[in-house]
Amino acid sequence: MQSPETEVLRLLSFALFLAIWWIAALLVGGAKLPSPPAVLQVMIAEAASGALFLHLGATLARVALAFTLAMSVGSAIGYLMGRIKLADRLGDPWLILLLNLPALVVIVLAYIWAGLTEAAAIAAIAINKLPTAIVTLREGTRALDRSLDEMASVFAMPRWRAFRHVVLPQLAPYIAASARSGLSLVWKIVLVAELLGRPNGVGFEIGVAFQLFDTPRLLAYSLTFAAVVLVIETLLVQPFEARANRWRPRAA
Amino acid sequence: MRLEVDITGKTFRSAAGGTHEVLAPVKFALQSGEVGVLIGPSGCGKSTMLRIILGLDRDFAGHVARPPEARIGMVFQEPRLLPWRSVEQNVRLAAPDVADAKLAELFRILELEAHRDHYPGELSLGLARRVALARAFAVEPDILVLDEPLASLDDALAGRLRDEIATLVASRPVMTLLVTHSLDDAVRLGDRLFFLSPRPARIVAEVPIGIPRDTRGEAEIAAIKASLAQRTQGDRTERDAS
Repeated sequence: MQSPETEVLRLLSFALFLAIWWIAALLVGGAKLPSPPAVLQVMIAEAASGALFLHLGATLARVALAFTLAMSVGSAIGYLMGRIKLADRLGDPWLILLLNLPALVVIVLAYIWAGLTEAAAIAAIAINKLPTAIVTLREGTRALDRSLDEMASVFAMPRWRAFRHVVLPQLAPYIAASARSGLSLVWKIVLVAELLGRPNGVGFEIGVAFQLFDTPRLLAYSLTFAAVVLVIETLLVQPFEARANRWRPRAA
Repeated sequence: MRLEVDITGKTFRSAAGGTHEVLAPVKFALQSGEVGVLIGPSGCGKSTMLRIILGLDRDFAGHVARPPEARIGMVFQEPRLLPWRSVEQNVRLAAPDVADAKLAELFRILELEAHRDHYPGELSLGLARRVALARAFAVEPDILVLDEPLASLDDALAGRLRDEIATLVASRPVMTLLVTHSLDDAVRLGDRLFFLSPRPARIVAEVPIGIPRDTRGEAEIAAIKASLAQRTQGDRTERDAS
């Protein structure tokens, strides 16, 4: 775990952020940049009415579904492309197209083709994350140690055991990296998808706040969302990354 | 059980586009309980030959008849352990059916008891090689392939491991293929020695050793080595004369 000094530094850094915000709020004044207590007040009111949890829950559910979908499909495709040359040659042009397609285009097209539905939103978010997952896993698969494959084959390890104990541990750091970058991508895109075509979620609320120029509400929702992201990062993603790299000799 | 190797040739296409002949026609057979030793200069194609025999390389001309059900235990030139699994897990993954007592015995013989829970990254090369030996022995192989298993070990340990290999070979009907450049290891362990030429490798001489391994004393070993030295000397003068 982290040392107490690091924790203190983190708290200090957070306090500094609050101080700068507060001072800036005093200078700029009320409507454009509300002070921290004003935002906190809105947060408490929204939480008390239950709206905050409803919208946050809707967004998190979309993130979870789209992330799982993109990671599983993307990892499988990336692994295939890394292993089989033909799959790589066939898939590569598609991959380049997907990588360069703006998120907004995918979302708008998904809503036009599939209607303003939940499925369209989740598919659009997943498609945005898909290509980076494929690229990362393809790299990981290309970097697999052939000599260990040979070892597994000489000792006649069954396919699943070899995959689990020989291949998967080599891919784990790539999966962790892809999960981390993917999560931050999905966090950002989910709000756009909600803004454009869903009747609930943090993105929808931010859209409403924008139309009303309601800055306290906008900040209340976005900061709560950022806090949830931070908690998930530290509690889920970082421990997984540490676990995936556990066998590596520690850096001095 | 019998291993028949009849390779008629193996060429290798280099990145520059040229083709290189790695193996000339090579033909030999091994019986259960026999130890065959391949001796040859480094880079002569021994490892390529092993890969073909093990079925890792199918791009060659000829035929290798290996009993399909044969369990293979292999010690590679580098240990090839899984860095993310402990020493014990490394052995158990290759040999899931190994009995606890048998494993304990192997770890005791190879002096690995203190290292069961260590990861390969924490081991010296000598220790890692011993883990690779434990893994190959633990599968109770029908075919044991040892690619320079005693290289870079100190003499005392190499001697002890050589005795352990001899004991294992005697205890089960296993056919063993040993690749080495040490004539000493070859004479102490082998039943039949195959001397290989430089690339493209072919068998220059096949020398059976008549004396059973367990009755081979230091005097006999010295005598065999002397006669082998004379023979290679003879080959050389013959070649020089022609």
